[in-house]
Amino acid sequence: MIAAGARAAPGKRPWTFYVLGTVFGLYLSFLYGPMIVIYILSFQGPNGGVTFPMEGFSLVWFRNIFQVGQMGYIPATFERSVALALLVSALTTAMSVAAGFAFRRRFPGASLVFYLAVASLVMPSLLIGTGIGLEFRFLGWQTGLFTSALGAQLTWTLPFGMFAMFAIVNRFDRSYDEAASDLGASAWQRLRHVTLPILLPGIIGVAMGAFTLSYDEYARTTMTSGTQNTLPLEIYALISSATSPVLFAIGTLTTVVSFTVIGGTLWVIFRIQRRRASSRPA
Amino acid sequence: MMPYAVELVAVTKRYGTTVAVDGISLRIPRASYCCLLGPSGCGKTSTLRMIAGHEEVSDGDILISDRNVTDLPPVRRGTAMMFQSYALFPHLNCLDNVAFSLKMRKVAKAERLAAAREFLTLVHMDGYAGRMPAQLSGGQQQRVALARALITRPDVLLLDEPLSALDPFLRVRMRDELKRLQRELGIAFIHVTHSQEEAMALADMMVVMNEGRICQSGTPREVFDRPVSRFIARFIGGHNVLATPSGPIAVRADRCRLAATTDEPHVSGRVAAVEYQGALVRVSLVTDPGDEVSALVPDSVFYAQPVQPGDPATLAWSAHDTHRLNEA
Repeated sequence: MIAAGARAAPGKRPWTFYVLGTVFGLYLSFLYGPMIVIYILSFQGPNGGVTFPMEGFSLVWFRNIFQVGQMGYIPATFERSVALALLVSALTTAMSVAAGFAFRRRFPGASLVFYLAVASLVMPSLLIGTGIGLEFRFLGWQTGLFTSALGAQLTWTLPFGMFAMFAIVNRFDRSYDEAASDLGASAWQRLRHVTLPILLPGIIGVAMGAFTLSYDEYARTTMTSGTQNTLPLEIYALISSATSPVLFAIGTLTTVVSFTVIGGTLWVIFRIQRRRASSRPA
Repeated sequence: MMPYAVELVAVTKRYGTTVAVDGISLRIPRASYCCLLGPSGCGKTSTLRMIAGHEEVSDGDILISDRNVTDLPPVRRGTAMMFQSYALFPHLNCLDNVAFSLKMRKVAKAERLAAAREFLTLVHMDGYAGRMPAQLSGGQQQRVALARALITRPDVLLLDEPLSALDPFLRVRMRDELKRLQRELGIAFIHVTHSQEEAMALADMMVVMNEGRICQSGTPREVFDRPVSRFIARFIGGHNVLATPSGPIAVRADRCRLAATTDEPHVSGRVAAVEYQGALVRVSLVTDPGDEVSALVPDSVFYAQPVQPGDPATLAWSAHDTHRLNEA
């Protein structure tokens, strides 16, 4: 079916349109202006500084990132951050999906469990990080990226993941499940062949959300990371110690990574949904 | 002894303290088309879902082909359900949707796809095997859902308001199709609906429910001709329900006529509305005590002596068309 293409021509816009449009424009320039400046300055010439004017164009600051210098070695922290983010994302997804399914049935104390689980969203991040660090020291354990920092980040990503999964599961039409059992699917077959595939786009979204939350987490990680830095911790250390356009180059590069992750995920979700809506020859 | 397709024995469904289905007993013969009919909240859908096994029975027993299935899971009951929303799996194309139950039983791929094609052909959807559900119209989705249910070779097909999502034209066509399939397959269909017109057109056996109980069951003709209660007469429509000193009565509107004076049973009042329906004209009256009644009059008879809203009029019928009702 062809959707009606023509829309009524808009009449004269009310004055509020221009006011709100201006506010939105200011917001956009406030959001993207500084970032664009950073992206441009990251291509600063070799003799240039951290401010305009540009002294020619070069990739020297990007090359600097990959040199082992007196500053920390950025690629290593990047790898650590990605590894940690992947793990956080996998755990968050698994637990959120399980919790989402559990909360499809109302059980006694469901609200209490729910509020306890999401309460860490409203607690100050630094305090949680500090608390976990202290707890480890109190117990005589060594803090580390894949122990205390992992736990600290989960207190942040899990509530988000669960909120998202609850919304996704709520929209799930239960008659799909009933149809599957009616057609002879066992509980496991139902999950594997019906429930999970139908929820897949939402689940991918949760995984991506958890990944990006972990990838740039600072406040909870700083007190719990032990001897090794993640990328955000490293950048923060660099900001306070060194000032050169290499920071901008790092910023540009990490933005590229973030957008690749988000863009790639959206592309996958889009493909799944288009496949569901498009014809395949039988 | 004739085995029944489905037998309900004092089946009750309670949700907390509310009783949705109140101890109903019912025998549905083999190879018959049974319609469960009633206003929303009457318990008809709960009854269907208990037969399907998607709802637990609080009390009583359900027998299918002489086997007590009360505690069996849906797949072991010999039933298949067609859902109101069709519940076609959105991530599978038509062919895979229809083949789903065979895949769950680990039937080899070539074999299950061949069977699925066969059932798509049965519902005239063989040309759409590769389409995804989102690309089909409501009527087409319904045919696929029907094929997906029938491929399990059920003894009983359960249909939950199957026609309610279709436009009126398609509804009538699918109605014929359902009846054709039921006859061809020779299995029992149990069809839940709130439309008495649908039930009358389809059913061999019509079960009218209200407030969790069965009010009347029988062929559509029995129910329409001899409604047992006020509720049935009103719900089935086409009847005038009147209070008389000896209890309530029902008179079919098509057996009523407008008369000047008569010694037959009659009520008088004023014409409230005249509705032209083609072959018939419906004349609505408000009687002197304030009841609303109507007569369905052939158009030629009406136009021989037309009346206008506001005119005084008398509604008369033959004494043998008076049908006594229970008080309920």
